[in-house]
Amino acid sequence: MAEFSLPANSVISSKGKRYPAPAGAKNVRAFKIYRWNPDDGANPRYDTYELDLDQTGPMVLDALIKIKGEIDPTLTFRRSCREGICGSCSMNIDGTNTLACTQAIGDIKGEVQITPLPHMEVIKDLVPDFKHFYAQYASIKPWLQTVTPAPANEERLQSVEDRAKLDGMYECILCACCSTSCPSYWWNSDKFLGPAVLLAAYRWLADSRDEMTGERLDALEDPFRLYRCHTIMNCSNVCPKGLNPAHAIAEIKKMMVERAV
Amino acid sequence: MAANRPTARPISPHLSVFKWRFTMAVSIIHRATGTALAFGGGVLFLWWLLAAASGPDAYAVFYSVARGPIGILVGVGLSWVFFQHLLSGLRHLYMDTGAGYGLAEARSSAVAVFAGAVLLTVLLWVAILSTKGL
Repeated sequence: MAEFSLPANSVISSKGKRYPAPAGAKNVRAFKIYRWNPDDGANPRYDTYELDLDQTGPMVLDALIKIKGEIDPTLTFRRSCREGICGSCSMNIDGTNTLACTQAIGDIKGEVQITPLPHMEVIKDLVPDFKHFYAQYASIKPWLQTVTPAPANEERLQSVEDRAKLDGMYECILCACCSTSCPSYWWNSDKFLGPAVLLAAYRWLADSRDEMTGERLDALEDPFRLYRCHTIMNCSNVCPKGLNPAHAIAEIKKMMVERAV
Repeated sequence: MAANRPTARPISPHLSVFKWRFTMAVSIIHRATGTALAFGGGVLFLWWLLAAASGPDAYAVFYSVARGPIGILVGVGLSWVFFQHLLSGLRHLYMDTGAGYGLAEARSSAVAVFAGAVLLTVLLWVAILSTKGL
């Protein structure tokens, strides 16, 4: 049964700190950031950092790096490429899951609230545990599976049209913005695979070179793994790469029907 | 070191921080209206059937409540619930064909469900009250 409220140890306490803007700052913006430290035994809290936007880069990640570098080195978050291709800095910013590096501060009105990806186990501050997510990804066997012998001295070729069917799926960076925006995934992530993993599953179902379509569909034919998707559409709305996992899931459901009739 | 062992990891906030969208609202309201129809509608339907089967006196009780202000209020509510559930159900049916997954399209169809349900409820009750009176 879904638990709609946070467990006692996850309730956000009101004991956050406030770090005021430097004197003389004109273009001040507050960043209210979720903090949790595994070592102090306290509940999570929000700390608020006021930054002078005239001295800060344009993206939310620039603000986080500035806070960590100049105000509070204990602030913990993942980041790497700073250009929306590694998927490390996925988090909930202003109520929506996205990448901190591609989210402009200027597109957010007022205080910028930042929390970890929703309904995840928190390791520290903005860093959630991806272990389960990765295990689910591995479970759909995200690689080309064949039974026929490989052609001699040649790759398994694909027509331009068949290759085009993978557009909108191969671009996924596994940032988990979509899966952690999905209420079905919040309540049933133990059994429901979630949008990111199902998009990956469809990427291989749609691949003309893959020869395990039946087995792949068998593995998804389950009340939870696939059918907990109720087309809430949060996944497609939040995807920072503009992909449409909800549509991919609909295509899998269609394949299930088509092979049954 | 046992005293310094990290405490159990918290679950990050979800419903309390996530921004609502029309597509998200239409989905949860589909479920809520389905439940309301099955239980609320079911119980009222049973009452109506039992009252009709038990004879004129029992039916008179049902009739007086149903024609009273509470009855009409419940009727308006239940018919909105019905139209909301019907229209979002049709939206689900349409999307099950793989259509309507564009972001703008999915949002418009969700808004249309809300608007359509209110409109149909108003039309139904204008029709009922204009022919039968209050």
